Amino acid sequence: MRGAGDLVARMQMSKGMKIDEAKAYVAKKLSVDIEHLTDPVIMSEVRTDLGIGVITPVAGSPKGIEAKFNIAKVLDIDINCVKRFMTRTS
Amino acid sequence: MARYFSRMGGGSPISVTKDEIMADLIQGSEDAADRAKVPALSRDEYEHLLDIFCAREKFMSVEAGKEVILTYDACTLKIRRAGVNVDRIQALQIYEKLMGADTMELSHVDYSYKPIKPIAVSEQPVLEQALLGTHIPLFYGAQPNLGLYSQPDGPFPNPMELMPMGKIKEAQESYEASVEHLVKDIVYVASLMYESGADGINLDTSGAAGDADFLGALLATEELRDKYPEMCIEFGTAGEFVMGMHSELEYKGHRLAGMYPHDQLKMAELAGATIFGPVANTKTSKSSAWNMARTITFMKPVGEIANIPIHVNMGMGVGGVTMTDHPPVDIVSRSSKAMVEICRLDGL
Repeated sequence: MRGAGDLVARMQMSKGMKIDEAKAYVAKKLSVDIEHLTDPVIMSEVRTDLGIGVITPVAGSPKGIEAKFNIAKVLDIDINCVKRFMTRTS
Repeated sequence: MARYFSRMGGGSPISVTKDEIMADLIQGSEDAADRAKVPALSRDEYEHLLDIFCAREKFMSVEAGKEVILTYDACTLKIRRAGVNVDRIQALQIYEKLMGADTMELSHVDYSYKPIKPIAVSEQPVLEQALLGTHIPLFYGAQPNLGLYSQPDGPFPNPMELMPMGKIKEAQESYEASVEHLVKDIVYVASLMYESGADGINLDTSGAAGDADFLGALLATEELRDKYPEMCIEFGTAGEFVMGMHSELEYKGHRLAGMYPHDQLKMAELAGATIFGPVANTKTSKSSAWNMARTITFMKPVGEIANIPIHVNMGMGVGGVTMTDHPPVDIVSRSSKAMVEICRLDGL
């Protein structure tokens, strides 16, 4: 979460992408350069803007499952617990 | 002649010359090449590893943009092992927020699928609550650990007692019966955890009890893939080759005993694994240079042929890292850098 490692991991886990493909996919979705994916300053701003969770959350910012709803939307993937959350609540 | 700081595989500091490092690199690589029937490292690769070992920096890393992600096994177990007395959900938050992990894993202190089976329904609410409050991908993981299925820990005759008596067929039959139960237990626990929302299932240390253990993990992976086409299954192994404890077991026509990582990968892919985590064990009596070159020689062909992400196991006693509880950062970082730069990996 200091960078975008969790997002790159999600692409490996959900789509079986190799590392270069996963990084390129995430960088495109976040509109950043691949080198920025590990930059904690840039990524904190990007993650705050997109509401996908940050290391130091402030009041009102998406946290936990809220942030994962946004991650699923930003990356255009299914997240297992998000799907089950919706099943149980609606 | 200049001397350089390094370590033995057991962790002891040593002082070595450049020639001694190069000799160990070559010997380590040739040992792996001979065992696995794969190419030894090239002259350029030896030189690259030599540069890494002769660098004076304590910590080393890859160049920007070449980073890989890290998956972890048994996160919550290791927090307790370190004597940090926090709840497992708190342990996961520590991994996520304080340690900057990319992924993490909920696990039980009795880290095998068999003992988790009777308490799985109590594990599910913990997982579900953890998923509500965390952000990064969360695995549920345990070991296949086929050894728990033979007497006195399990129902089947102990092959280790049968074989010295010459009862080879009986020992093999015991392994085969154990595999059936192992598969049922893995599929049962993994299914519940996936139904609770886990991002992935980790089969950690597959093959630790030999080819039957490895077969059980493959068959469980295959069954889970059929049941849950979208499930992420990380297939981690136990050593650089599959021990032939049964010796005649096959998966889809391929004999498992004696398989090295590049062939283990093919089996994991056939079974439907999402991520493959190969292992090479560290020899404590050899230098870190020897161990690193040997490990990289095993892993390089895996990276070259893999169709799925590869996360080589790097930690105490594996991946060229020292066999110590608290691996020194000099060797951990050197091994990680070398592994990523030479082996075309996707993670560690």
